[in-house]
Amino acid sequence: MAAAFDEMGSGGVVRAPYRTIAEWLAATPPDVFTHKRREAEILFRRIGITFAVYGEGGDPERLIPFDIVPRALGAAEWNFLARGLEQRVRALNAFIHDVYNEREILRAGKVPEALVLRNESFLPAMQGFTVPGKVYTHIAGIDVVRVSENDFYVLEDNCRTPSGVSYMLEGREVMMRLFPDLFARHRVQPVSRYPEALLETLLSVAPPACKGEPTAVLLTPGPYNSAYYEHSFLADEMGIELVEGPDLFVDEDIVYMRTTQGPKRVDVIYRRIDDAFLDPRTFLPDSVLGVPGLMSAYRKGTVTLANAAGAGIADDKAVYIHVPEMVRFYLGEEPILKNVPTWSCSGEGDRAHVLAHLEELVVKDVHGSGGYGMLVGPHASRAERETFAEKIKASPDRYIAQPTLALSTCPTFVEQGVAPRHVDLRPFVLVGREKVTIVPGGLTRVALRDGSLVVNSSQGGGTKDTWVLEG
Amino acid sequence: MLSRTADNLFWLARYMERAENMARILEAGYRLAAMGIDVGAGDTEWHSTIVAAGCETGFYRKHRAATAAAAIDYLARDPDNPSSILSCIQTARRNGRAVRTALSADMWDAVNGSWLQARNFTIEDFAPDTVRRILDWVKERSLLFTGCVGSTMLRNDAYWFTRLGTFLERADSTARILDVKYNVLLPTYEAVGGALDYVQWTAVLRAVSAGRGYHWIYRREVKPWLVAELLILKPEMPRSLAACFIEITRTLDLLAGAYGRPGEADRIAGQIHARLRYTRIDDIFQQGLHEFLTEFIDDNVRLGREVSKQYLT
Repeated sequence: MAAAFDEMGSGGVVRAPYRTIAEWLAATPPDVFTHKRREAEILFRRIGITFAVYGEGGDPERLIPFDIVPRALGAAEWNFLARGLEQRVRALNAFIHDVYNEREILRAGKVPEALVLRNESFLPAMQGFTVPGKVYTHIAGIDVVRVSENDFYVLEDNCRTPSGVSYMLEGREVMMRLFPDLFARHRVQPVSRYPEALLETLLSVAPPACKGEPTAVLLTPGPYNSAYYEHSFLADEMGIELVEGPDLFVDEDIVYMRTTQGPKRVDVIYRRIDDAFLDPRTFLPDSVLGVPGLMSAYRKGTVTLANAAGAGIADDKAVYIHVPEMVRFYLGEEPILKNVPTWSCSGEGDRAHVLAHLEELVVKDVHGSGGYGMLVGPHASRAERETFAEKIKASPDRYIAQPTLALSTCPTFVEQGVAPRHVDLRPFVLVGREKVTIVPGGLTRVALRDGSLVVNSSQGGGTKDTWVLEG
Repeated sequence: MLSRTADNLFWLARYMERAENMARILEAGYRLAAMGIDVGAGDTEWHSTIVAAGCETGFYRKHRAATAAAAIDYLARDPDNPSSILSCIQTARRNGRAVRTALSADMWDAVNGSWLQARNFTIEDFAPDTVRRILDWVKERSLLFTGCVGSTMLRNDAYWFTRLGTFLERADSTARILDVKYNVLLPTYEAVGGALDYVQWTAVLRAVSAGRGYHWIYRREVKPWLVAELLILKPEMPRSLAACFIEITRTLDLLAGAYGRPGEADRIAGQIHARLRYTRIDDIFQQGLHEFLTEFIDDNVRLGREVSKQYLT
């Protein structure tokens, strides 16, 4: 594995976006950082930005470690990234609409039919009707990694209910409180518009039948969900009701919420519960999180779900391989952002290659998430690799493999002082009826352990404030 | 607003208030016990404190005798007691967390901060000779919470449901604190109106922060019927039943005005309010103070149920 690209610079050269940050790092004594980090932690606790982990013992409300050294991107590199993200998300939406309707991409043989139609994430209930504006993934979280000055790769598309945006927003708030002088020396593009842009996006896809100002709500599984803080935070910032399944009911295919003044009609539901729990009449019959009759109302077009049910067909790890082809097929353009070369273990040739090169590859379970169920070849022991090889042979369809990328590093405050650590980036792409909005920034996740490439919070990852500087 | 949100706000406020009142009841118990031990009256003060807190059944399921240590632990700490101070704070926080969107940031800070601090208490903090610090702390946190409600919440239905919770709970608690005195038996050789009786009534006054108020209003020594009058009928005394019902009826009127649909809760509240306004303290003593308070507590519970039916489900 080649040495990682450091975003601050290497060999005594400091890259432009980091010029002031580098001076600041050099001039600030380490005990100030220690002190500031403790202060940041207290702020996060006090605001209540925790993520809940139940059933593992210990404190159920945990803090994701927050690193106080910001990550900076220049305007030009961000603009490039933003163009690529918009292009990719347009293609993903076109794909979802297509597979639930005309299926042109399947008939053209560009994506294997079985991969889509026999996929667990494909919802037959979504076939044969059109959602407002043909938008299926209204909020997409696209995970991007960088390996050099000009090479960005998309690691994964999250088209269902991506989370983490509250960390982007609150992380910025905390940073501005801790380091006002550092902000005064930079021109950082603000991220605080996000909730407003999200609301605008949601209202833009209200059902055509909706007259007057549409009513949007955020549907949460409730306080025990790990992302509950984010749900309540976003609802609050948008000024919409945070509802749970039992707060809603459907009467004659119209969705209402129960209020102190009687039933009130609902037009758009920003749902943060999974497809399977949306409607016990259509999906899991014993789910109490959802709303009986919701899917029928949805199909009648009296209410909009964001993201649409069935949008997950576009972010399946095996479908991922075909996204560049989608860009060409639907938009007639060359993809701006690259895919990581991926081998699908279901094909015999690819599988043989994967098994022969396990010590160089990252192998992922196509249904896994959170960094669980994966093998990082170069960091695994021989025994671990052998066990994993057996798993692949037993159910090849479940696994894909990718080269181990040398993720870029950013200066990070750790026990030993400020040191480079690997990062990724999840920008949030908002797709409305007319336009795509990307707030400049995103969630930077950082692997706090030296040398680790796994940035997931469940595996010792933290977050950073992500700055996009004015041009 | 969502019925569930209104319900959570109502109970958030009730539980914060209940935590404070539990601290006040415990304080009254302390003062009474301090007197009682001198005259060898044993543990009846702590028994009466448990009764006043409405925790009799649960307590005796766990403990055989009402010792100071057992009573304090059960009322202040025990997670099995849903009305213990710690349980109240936890329930308040759970309700608050479920409706964070309806809370001002300062309110959330007050509730969440209390919970975070409460998590660090150890069992030793609840020992009879150290628990006073916690009682003071609880009062402080609850006052902070009501202060935040008053100075940071929009004056809309969310505020009204919160206030309803506070005052319904407070009325209940003042009635109960007053009733502690009824339940404490004077030793047979002590005369009603004697020195011990006097000290006990003073303890009741102090438990509701009404010592000063009493002297301002009456400018004379503590008399049982005047203490009762102050805590039941005087509208200028902020924890009196009358004062609570001025707030309750006013708040229900605002809700009925905004929503245009008054109901059974409005009728019951009006009835209780009228009784508090037009009854004389002599009539109450004629009927029996304990009987009056018991009836009041029952009516107040009924009112809570009707509020819930009308708006919260």
